[in-house]
Amino acid sequence: MGAVAKTVTATDWRADFPALDQSVHGQALIYLDSAASAQQPAAVIDAVARYQREDHANVHRGVHTLSHRATEAYEGARDKIRGFINAKSRSEIVLTSGTTESINLVAQSFCRPRLQPGDKILITHLEHHANIVPWQLVCEQTGAELIVAPINERGEVELDSLLDLIDDRVFLIGMAHVANALGTVCPVEKVIEHARQRGIPVLIDGAQGVPHLDVDVQALDCDFYAFSGHKMFGPTGTGVLYGREAILDAMPPWQGGGDMILEVSFDKTIYNELPYKFEAGTPNISGVVGLGAAVDYLQSIGMPTIARYEQELHDHMVARLKNVDGMRLIGEARHKASVQSFLLDDIHSHDLGTILDHQGVAIRTGHHCAMPVMQFFGVPGTCRASLAFYNNRDDIEQLVAALEKARELFA
Amino acid sequence: MNDAARDMQDLYRELVIDHSRNPRHFGRLENATHTADGINPLCGDKLRLYFRVGAGGRIESSSFEGSGCAISIASASLLTEAVTGLEVDDAKHCSSTVTSRLTTAMPYADLDARLENLKALDGVRAYPSRVKCATLAWHALHAALSNDMKPATTE
Ligand SMILES: Cc1ncc(COP(=O)(O)O)c(C=O)c1O
Repeated sequence: MGAVAKTVTATDWRADFPALDQSVHGQALIYLDSAASAQQPAAVIDAVARYQREDHANVHRGVHTLSHRATEAYEGARDKIRGFINAKSRSEIVLTSGTTESINLVAQSFCRPRLQPGDKILITHLEHHANIVPWQLVCEQTGAELIVAPINERGEVELDSLLDLIDDRVFLIGMAHVANALGTVCPVEKVIEHARQRGIPVLIDGAQGVPHLDVDVQALDCDFYAFSGHKMFGPTGTGVLYGREAILDAMPPWQGGGDMILEVSFDKTIYNELPYKFEAGTPNISGVVGLGAAVDYLQSIGMPTIARYEQELHDHMVARLKNVDGMRLIGEARHKASVQSFLLDDIHSHDLGTILDHQGVAIRTGHHCAMPVMQFFGVPGTCRASLAFYNNRDDIEQLVAALEKARELFA
Repeated sequence: MNDAARDMQDLYRELVIDHSRNPRHFGRLENATHTADGINPLCGDKLRLYFRVGAGGRIESSSFEGSGCAISIASASLLTEAVTGLEVDDAKHCSSTVTSRLTTAMPYADLDARLENLKALDGVRAYPSRVKCATLAWHALHAALSNDMKPATTE
């Protein structure tokens, strides 16, 4: 196996990821859980270690050399991220602890002061809890209403149904770029286009978009785009909120503290300029340095190359899984990326997860923080195999072989 | 058969597969005197246990319903077989013995003859993430017989 016609080989990329080179339960590790958290290349691990060994100090505060170096490294990473998603300005790149914080920031700082009772936040049925619960909270706080665009049996957001829900009371639309439980690539461009015409801001949850697609926030023309470092081969505890500058400018700070101020007296505090207004306190400096290294690494391969390679591998995985007896695929959108959820016979997903783990194959099992999706399909949970560019066709064969073994055990 | 396959068969022993496929005493128990829910938030396992305790303090019948993985269902099924006919206090004692057998590395808590079948669950000791599946029903039993109306959880 593994005779993939391609100009670049996954095998080369795989060697960049030290964690992939190990055995579990005496079997070579096959890591198919990158949608939960992706492994980090040596370039990221080394950048973090080098920073810790040589450059660490607090940022934006000291006149001494190390503080200067730390600041350069931290702000340098912000510039890299700006370039990576093609934001217009570095002021639009707010560094957060992850997608979850980014979305909460928008809910509390952008929506909460403006929402009136009867206003609506529109999301879709396939969102991660991180793109549901922050809106529920702000709706409770303001008397606004959360409304949900339906999905179909394939696990696709139906554009017409979504657009039908848009009226003058819709204050903001929040939707995933790529659905984490189902892999559906959502029609964000069309939604944004319609929303722009009506002056409705749109937040895209890009946690699963950025690692797999070539994201250009100016081309997308969204108002907010949120993503996490650890899903794009960077460290945990890092993330980004991209926000259109004019909107960020008009928003009050999210948290108060050091760094986010220009001048503090007990009468009045003058907030710092963008993006620092939203970054109170000492940030995750080493993590952000690692995230910058992840961006460099991804750009050295090129997102279009990654997207093309992964799409082919994904389609191959789906075709192979379809051939397994007793297979029920959950999520068969026509446009998908990286992820396949499934159930095998009546084997509970956790049993299957354990059996696969035993054969070295790491998959995610359970509700994937998307309980409404599970309810829609009438299942308590699913098994989910998710790919990154370090996976290859051999991995898929191992997955299929492990599934066959599981069937034997439960026969 | 390699080691990994052997380990798997140690976790999913025939008796476990059998009880998960054909759970005994499955369903609601009419005129139950004691009941409790067990919820494992991580896995989504949800069990409800029913017991009818007679005037003399003996468990006359038990049953359960719910959904979950093979381990949690098999454990609940084996539980209903093991505790029916026991005094309430003895059943609670069983619950502690079984949970400590599954959760503490050493020494193995001994099981008396009527709990012999529960040795089928021993395989989970090697799977920290799955121990909770096996102990869930036993926590619920304890809650039910203590008349603690709060659902038992594994958290
Ligand atoms: C689509 C989506 N949104 C949001 C999140 C939350 O990301 P984080 O936990 O990194 O904040 C995830 C992560 O699982 C996700 O897949």
